[in-house]
Amino acid sequence: MTEMFRDKVDVSLTVNGEPVEARVPAGQHMIDFLRLELGLTGAHASCEHGVCGACTIRVDGDAVRGCLMLAAQADGAEVWTIEGLTDTNAISDLQDAFVARNALQCGYCTPGMLVAAEELLSKGDLPSRAEIREHLSGNYCRCTGYEAIIDAVESVAQGRAGKGKA
Amino acid sequence: MKASAGGYARAESVGHALDLLAGSDGQGRVLAGGQSLIAAMNMRLSFGDLLVDISKLSELSGVVVEGDTLRIGALTRHAQVGADPLAKTHAPLLTDAVSHIAHAAIRNRGTIGGALAHADPAAEFPACALALGSTIHAEGPGGARDIPAEDFFEDVFTTALNEDEILTAISLPVAEEDEVQILEEVARRSGDYALVGLCLVKRTAGHRVSLFSVGPKPILAVGAMAALDAGDLDTALDALSAEIDPPSDTQASAAYRRHLAGVLLSRAVARLKGDTA
Ligand SMILES: Cc1cc2nc3c(=O)[nH]c(=O)nc-3n(C[C@H](O)[C@H](O)[C@H](O)COP(=O)(O)OP(=O)(O)OC[C@H]3O[C@@H](n4cnc5c(N)ncnc54)[C@H](O)[C@@H]3O)c2cc1C
Ligand code: FES
Ligand code: FES
Repeated sequence: MTEMFRDKVDVSLTVNGEPVEARVPAGQHMIDFLRLELGLTGAHASCEHGVCGACTIRVDGDAVRGCLMLAAQADGAEVWTIEGLTDTNAISDLQDAFVARNALQCGYCTPGMLVAAEELLSKGDLPSRAEIREHLSGNYCRCTGYEAIIDAVESVAQGRAGKGKA
Repeated sequence: MKASAGGYARAESVGHALDLLAGSDGQGRVLAGGQSLIAAMNMRLSFGDLLVDISKLSELSGVVVEGDTLRIGALTRHAQVGADPLAKTHAPLLTDAVSHIAHAAIRNRGTIGGALAHADPAAEFPACALALGSTIHAEGPGGARDIPAEDFFEDVFTTALNEDEILTAISLPVAEEDEVQILEEVARRSGDYALVGLCLVKRTAGHRVSLFSVGPKPILAVGAMAALDAGDLDTALDALSAEIDPPSDTQASAAYRRHLAGVLLSRAVARLKGDTA
């Protein structure tokens, strides 16, 4: 009966708005699929056990750990990575703020940091610094010391709130 | 490191999932949110599993009130539990617990059934289930079965679930009008597993106190509960200290954990008084 299980799984999903059909190994996680099969190297595979956040991507509207989701589970999913979010200008204000505030140095954590931060910002409230810090607590940055990242996210939250009122 | 899976199958229904488990020659492994299992697979702590992916079974997701009972489907994600108005009204302990579990991105996929089945001794939901007097619902080849939370958690990562069973839901009595539910925990950083955690529930029938991260499984502190019913915090603290046997590890020594347990009980009782005064 074990033939009911597949070691290669067919999936059909969209990645950054484009339809993708693929046959993936049963144990492959999303980040390896995105990086190795689709050449989307923005999201990083680092700790691969959910601790660092470098692999954070958007799946069906939620920020998730790409290393803790199998590609086989992505059948029917809508996936966005930093490449697509950049090309569509969906988060250009946040990216500009990261540059303006020196919120990245090596940039390794940045794609995950941006996806996580955008999830908080998209809720539309004006988060406090403590709330921003809490929301990003699962994303490690080895370079910046975080303060500049909080500055950048806070400035975008204020900017978007100001625009909403105008 | 890279995960190794023996195979993968997407379950179309609970019945299909049970068939898959039954047909897996003991190699089957339920995949829900994957937030513990895929991490373990990536680290090769778990390998060669035949994965039964139940994550698409929408019938196992959601929160409902049935009479005096709140029922939460196994696949309800931590973030959904945290945002659910019925849970907030009828089991605020669970709402509180969610804010202590991991980080937002993990809460977006991790499920309450997965947390209960995984039975990490440091996890919040199992201890909440004990404090709230919950029932765990399971389905297997022989049909459905209800397991009181007090009989469900057996050891580190070990529960009363059989290998061919699936946890389908948890249910618990809805909170009484003036019931108070309090969760206290100490962790080194936001989102880390607790060094020690404590749940305190006060209802007409009396106090219920459960602890997590103080031993191989979450426990009900029955001695402390009886002393609190008698209105004696000092005796409750002594009883608590005697009924836990916390481990020493890289995170904290046994003595520190024992000390924290007392601190958390005192804090919870202080909040209780504040709330009911
Ligand atoms: C970095 C990090 C930090 C974390 N911090 C915390 C924390 O502070 N507190 C906390 O409580 N948790 C924490 N978690 C764990 C998280 O809550 C998991 O979501 C949870 O433990 C497992 O739920 P899951 O749905 O992801 O299950 P999975 O990972 O899919 O499964 C876990 C286990 O349970 C079994 N299983 C799952 N669902 C069922 C079911 N319905 N029936 C039968 N068996 C089932 C699986 O076979 C597997 O053995 C953390 C995880 C990570 C990666
Ligand atoms: S690589 Fe996924 S959290 Fe670190
Ligand atoms: S910028 Fe280098 S890790 Fe964050």
